[in-house]
Order: sequence, then structure tokens, then C-alpha cells
Amino acid sequence: MLATIGAATIDDLFVDVPADALQNGPIAGLPMHASERAVERHMAALSAQALTADQAPFFCGAGAYRHHIPASVDHLIQRGEFLTAYTPYQPEIAQGTLQVLFEFQTQVARLFGCDVANASMYDGSTACWEAVAMATRITRRARAVISGGLHPHYVQTAQTMARFAGDDVCLLPPRATQHSDDAAVIAAINAQTACVVVQYPDVMGRIPDLAAIAAAAHAQGALLVAVVTEPAALGLIESPGTLGADIVVGEGQSLGVGLQFGGPYLGLFACSAKFVRQMPGRLCGETMDADGRRSFVLTLATREQHIRREKATSNICTNSGLCALAFSIHLTLLGGSGLSQMARLSHDRAVRTARALAAIEGVEVINRTWFNEFAVRLPLPAAEAVETLARRGILGGVPMSRLCPERADLADVLLIATSECTELDDIAALAAALKEIVA
Amino acid sequence: MNDFSPADWRAASDTVTGNRALDLEEPLIFELGDVGRSGVDFDGDATEMLETLPRRTAPVDLPGLSEPECVRHYTRLSRQNYAIDLGLFPLGSCTMKHNPRLNEKVARMPGFAAVHPLQPQSTVTGALTVIADLADWLVRLTGMSAVAMSPKAGAHGELCGLMAIHAALDARGEAATRRVILVPESAHGTNPATAAFAGFDVAAIPAGADGRVDLPALLARLGPDVAGVMITNPNTCGLFERDMKAIADAVHAAGGYVYCDGANFNAIVGRVRPGDLGVDAMHINLHKTFSTPHGGGGPGAGPVVLSAALAPFAPLPHVVRDGGGCVGLVEHAVDRPEAFGRMCAFHGQMGMFTRALAFILTHGADGLARVAEDAVLNANYLLARLRDVLDAPFAHTGPCMHEALFSDAGFAEGFSTIDLAKGLIDEGFHPMTVYFPLVVHGAMLVEPTETEGKAALDQFVDAMRDLAQRAKAGDPALRSAPHHAPRRRVDETLAARKPRLVFEAPVQ
Repeated sequence: MLATIGAATIDDLFVDVPADALQNGPIAGLPMHASERAVERHMAALSAQALTADQAPFFCGAGAYRHHIPASVDHLIQRGEFLTAYTPYQPEIAQGTLQVLFEFQTQVARLFGCDVANASMYDGSTACWEAVAMATRITRRARAVISGGLHPHYVQTAQTMARFAGDDVCLLPPRATQHSDDAAVIAAINAQTACVVVQYPDVMGRIPDLAAIAAAAHAQGALLVAVVTEPAALGLIESPGTLGADIVVGEGQSLGVGLQFGGPYLGLFACSAKFVRQMPGRLCGETMDADGRRSFVLTLATREQHIRREKATSNICTNSGLCALAFSIHLTLLGGSGLSQMARLSHDRAVRTARALAAIEGVEVINRTWFNEFAVRLPLPAAEAVETLARRGILGGVPMSRLCPERADLADVLLIATSECTELDDIAALAAALKEIVA
Repeated sequence: MNDFSPADWRAASDTVTGNRALDLEEPLIFELGDVGRSGVDFDGDATEMLETLPRRTAPVDLPGLSEPECVRHYTRLSRQNYAIDLGLFPLGSCTMKHNPRLNEKVARMPGFAAVHPLQPQSTVTGALTVIADLADWLVRLTGMSAVAMSPKAGAHGELCGLMAIHAALDARGEAATRRVILVPESAHGTNPATAAFAGFDVAAIPAGADGRVDLPALLARLGPDVAGVMITNPNTCGLFERDMKAIADAVHAAGGYVYCDGANFNAIVGRVRPGDLGVDAMHINLHKTFSTPHGGGGPGAGPVVLSAALAPFAPLPHVVRDGGGCVGLVEHAVDRPEAFGRMCAFHGQMGMFTRALAFILTHGADGLARVAEDAVLNANYLLARLRDVLDAPFAHTGPCMHEALFSDAGFAEGFSTIDLAKGLIDEGFHPMTVYFPLVVHGAMLVEPTETEGKAALDQFVDAMRDLAQRAKAGDPALRSAPHHAPRRRVDETLAARKPRLVFEAPVQ
């Protein structure tokens, strides 16, 4: 091959690299190659340094939820034709991915009660910021009102982006109250407000009255951005779009994707049809081929960075295609009725868990209502309780101090999440251990 | 050469079902399933329900399928995709190389896949060690000071790098005056879009006749309003920017920072450390250089390596290792006040980190250098074997790096790059990147990657030589290609004119 090229050595092909910048030999201090078996053993040893969700009574949520993923989901996403394909730029040989995206968009739109959805974003937190940016474009206003019930990581992501984009964030403080901060949100809306951002259910599991907030926002010409971090909830409570949200974004992780220590996850993005040309990200649309057969293709690319460059609606390129596939397969296996049943079971386990914990002296369930996650107040710092529980082999929820350590008033608040995977024995184990810790 | 007209093709293949043997048409799930059908069974009953819960009145209108129906649906759809597992996929700048299956196995190990991002740190030391080990490799391979691991894809990494630059300028009190990011015309579209999103103005720098950044033009544009440059190296013409160090020195002397788009790091990994060339920030697409699967459009991962000047501003969280080797997470601004903030929830693309680390450990320092060398060897082999039949606008300047760039110069009247690309589909290949970079007319950017052997390259060359001749001769059959794909040419104009983005049931 070198002879065909007309080069004597490989280094002749690196002739444009300054000689003093070209490494001669392997970079010092790094290991040499290893066999498949050696690498597998090494990684397995690291994997063993964990208490996993499958080994312990498990109650963690706060934006990442554990549900049972049917075996066929992981089997199907590992088909090489899905796994090792690229973004479907050549539609004639990418109808598989494209039809999946079209189905996914339809599923997300229906789940969220919206007209249209895109082909996915990185995750819920970045989708949330993109929704704010889109609302500022649509309304030509720069002020975003953010509920104190929005996940603190989402809040921090929005604050970071707003700092550089020059937008103005009106952030309400998180409070451990019985109800979500709907009244404060409504009071903060004014004629400069581009959007209000409300998580549904919120980070402590409370369920805001989206219809009332939507009405207040619309009265001022602002948009309602609803954020769903646990889409399984929509098997039981109404879809945000149906309640008047203009843009609905979310984290799709809880269906099909799995915990994966926080990523990759799946950003969901849906909105009213009238805003479609302001949407970020890829869109798949239906069309025909030269023979008149139904076909799918990426469309409305004039919004996107590869066409519009610095005037694009977003800089996003790669999204979460394979996670969207996993989400879509899981939702196809569930169907609307299966989703309802999963939601009812998850809720049932949360009600039972709350009852068991409320029976412990010194433990107070804060919420008046919830789906599968609620907050409790402990008579000790929640982080301390969680560490003690972990030493007893229980993953007993997420302390609010892990998310906002600067809020001393939330140090004793613990978030508890359940799902259809929560066994009655798990609930009993958590309640028994917590009772001892609290005593 | 046969020219199949659409009518001929249909007549030759008409069947009752619309299928043709293994070529199976597949309806949408909305045409197959219904809301009451499900492929999932659950343990136990739900008897408890809060009276205070505001319940929806009807289930979400989502069709369900049984497990066999579901498996068949997605298996049939998968067969309408081209993929690396099927053949050569020379998509320039996108780097479609073999995805080793060990990496899939490793990513699914429970200590990485079945752990929650907010579990106590003491219960996830293995996962944190993976992140710390990968971070260590990335820093050493690039010769940089630090790495931000959380960015979720290349474009997100670009944003991270530019925000770090913005934060550094802020700390110097110059963010208000240094507003301009210089971006070469040949850059990926994400570069100018990112600069705008990070709050900068964009100024374009032209390409020189040799396909590299026009150095005099760039030097002339430097000044007190310039925050930095974004340069792709190797660049999108597949060429190494010979003047990178001179550019970096000049930008630094003028008070700016150097962002390097690391999309093409796979061409130099193990052979060149970008830190030695004066780079301040560079994202690394783990799905390109370190072969995490592209998955039909992600997920990616875009860690950003940073110079000492930008390292203090890296976003949260950081995985840190103390003197005793213990790993931990720094998650909060109170612990790292200079950090410019958080870019996303949690800690980054763990599932991609495990795969990338497995790839890196398998190859080692020696194997990674071979990755770059073989990628460059393969691209130059294609360039050498095709430049007599296709215009290669920069071949006269010397060897290319990991991708070879051609133009449509010399094609017959009315024939363009798209026709050759669609012809490649009929030959069983995925087309190369087309009409990018924008600085070359009818660009064809061909990236074979290191995982193709000579036999595969030779077969590709044979197909390309034939297609080039047909495009030059004006073979009409090429204008209607592909003829043998699951779909003929797809009407993109119709899709954009009347967008149908969700399924709507036909009116009865």
C-alpha cells in the first residue's frame, strides 16, 4: 500500500506534522495493548466495586428512575443495523432508523399531549434549556421564570446557559412544602416573561396545577414549559400538553434506557405545531420515494447548524438515537394500557412506602400528593441517613443536600422513589432500618 | 448498463404483499397495534391509590404489541438500514469504524449499568474509577492539563470549551470587549452555531489555496476584540494544519484562546499531542476516535481537554483522585467556585466512558498510534488509487490524513456528487460525506478508517472508478440511482413543504 502511495514509511504520511510534535514511539507512561480477556477481567473487577440497584432495596430517583426493562429491548438495540448505523443522512438505506424516529416522535407527542416532537436531545436537562432558548426566540423576551420545583441540576444547567446567552433567569427557591410553588410561579410572571418552567411532577414529587399556571402565563403572553423527568407518571396523570403547556420536555431514561450512572440518557422535546420551525434538533418527516412509496427522511434542516451555521436554532448535531430506539421499543411493548399498569404499580408502591415511613416516629411525609416519588423530613441530616442505610445494603433514596447543599433548610429532606420493581420486602427493609437509624 | 425506469422496476417486482422475498415492507406500530395490547406482564396488583392524585381520564393513546410482534417489527426495520456491520461506511469526518463487541459487554456490567448517579459515592467506586482512568488517558494522550468529562456529544463539548474561554475572559475582565470567535470557512456547522450559543460573534476566515487556514488572513484579523479561534485539526479537508503552532502562538500573543475541534483526533491519536501545538481546549468525540457505536445518531460523548489556562473554569462535576488514589466527585460550586457551572444533569455519558476505556485498554499506547497510522494509510491508499479518475483538489499539496477529499469537477453536464453517492448505494457501500466541506465544489469526503483491510478498500476503489467514469460519461442510469435499495430516491422537498412529523390516522 505504501508503494502505491509512493511513500517509504508511514511517517512520510505525517510529513505535515512539525517534527518536534510527532511522537516517535508510544506515548510514555501509558500501558501497552491488552487482550480481550484481560480487559474484560479488569473491567469486571471495577464493576464489582459497587452496590447495584439489583443487589439492594432501591429507592433512588431525583431524575433517574429504575423500571424493569424487557429483555427484548436490549436485544433489539444491539442489532448491528441499528447499533452501528449513523445519523440517517442517506434515507434510501436508512429507512429502519428513520421509521423508528417517526414512530418515536409520534409516541412522544402523544405521551406529552403535544402536536409534534423531535427525534431526541441529549437529556432532560439540556432539552429543558433548549426549550427556554426556543421560548425566548418565539416571544422575543429574555426572562425565564423557573419554579423551585425544577430539579436543581436542570436549574444549574439553565443558569449556566443563560449566563452566556445573556438571558435573565428568575429563579424561585426550592421549598419543602406540602404543595408545589404554583402561586409563587404565577406571581412571578410579568409582561417581560418569555416562559415559565415547571417540573411535573416536581423534584419532590408534588404535582403542580399546570392548567392554572398555563392560563396565567398565556394571559401575559408567556409560554409554559413543562418538564417531565419521570414519563411513567403520564400513565396515571394527565399529559402536560393537554393541560396547556406550550413546550413539553423531559428525560426519557425511565423507559428502556436504564440507570447507567447518569448517562447516556434521552432528551424528549415536544411542542405545539405552530412552533415547529423554531424547534432544536433533528426532525424526521414522512414523504415518498421516486416510486411513490411511503418513505421517511430528516427534514426542516434549514433550522439546523449544518445549514444555518451561526443562525441555527441550536448547535446540536448528534442526539440520543439509540436511547430513543430503546425508549420506543419499551413503549411499544407496554402500549397505553401497559404504561397505565406500570404507573399504577409504581404509585401503589410509593403509597405503601410512604405509609410505612410515616409510621416511624420522627419521620414526616411532606407531600400531600405524589406519583412514585415523595419527600420525607428526618430528624437527622438525610445524607447521614443515606450513608448509614448504604452500609446496611439499602439504597435508601436521594438526600436533597446532594442536589442543593447550600440550602440548610433542606438538609433533613430525603427523596424516596419507587417503581413496579419495588418489592414489599424492600419497603419493610427500608422502614425497619430507618426506624433504627432515627431512634 | 441497464437503466431501470421506475415503472419497469415496479412491474418486475410486483407481489401481492408488496414484499420481495427478504425485502420486507413494514407498517407503522400505529397500524399494527392497539392501546389495549401489551408485551409486558407485571407482578402483583396495584390496590393503593391516593385520593388526592389528579388522574388522567383515559390511557395515553399508544399502541402496544406482543413480544413476538414487537421483535419482528424492529427486526424487519433494522434490515432497511445500512451499517458498519454490513460493509464499508466511508462517511468523512464521521468516522465509522468497527465497534468491538467487548465494549458492549463491558458497558452492561452491573457496576456501571445498574447504578444510580446519585447513590452514595462509597457504593460506586468502580464507576468513578472508570471515569477517572479515562480522564487520565485523555489528558495524557492530548498533553493537556485537565479534562471536563460531562459534555454529552461533540457539539456539547464545543460549547463547554467556548464557555470556558468566555469564563476565562470574564475573570480577566475582558469578556465585554473580546466578543469575536474566528472560524474557518471549512469548519463544521456546529462551530459557528456553538460560538453564537456561547454568546460570541462569529467572523469567518477563508481557506487558502492549499486547503488550510489562510494564515495571513487570520493574523490580519487578530486584535483586541478577538476572544479566540476554533480550528479543526486535522481539518475538514483531511489535511493537517501545518501552521497550527504558529496560529496558536499568534492568537495567544494577541490575548485570545485556541479551541481545536477534535472531531478528527482519530487521525493523530498516539502520534500527536494537541497540547504540544498550543491548543487551549479540544473536545474528543468518543464515538469517533474510541469507537463507541453511533447508534443511528447518538448517543455520543464529548469530553473536553483543557490547558492550564482554562482548567480552573472547567464545568461541574469533576471526578477527582486524591493522593491515596481514592476517587470522588466534586459536584458543587461551593467546592469549586471558578467552575463556569453545570452543563447537564449528573456526570456525563457513563455508558460511553466504559466502552471508550475498554477500547483504549485493548489498544494501549502502542495500538492507539497504530489506529492513527492505519487510518492515514488507508485514506492515502484511496487517494492514490482514485486521483487519476476523480479531481482531488489538494492532493498536490502532499499526503492527506485520515480522509481523502474529491470534487465533482469533470462530471458530465447535469451530474453531481449526489449521483455518484447514490450509485455507491447500489454497489453495496454507504456513500461518503457529500457537499462538505463547503470550500470545495461538490465535495466528496472519504474516510475509510483503520478497520478496513486492503481487500475491502480495493473493492471500494473498483466501484468508485466505475462510478467516476459513468458520472463523467453522463450515464443516465446514475441519475436515477439507487435502483436496488429499499427505497428509490426520496423526495426531500415534499417532506419540507408539507411537514408530516407524526402519524395521523386516516379519516374513516
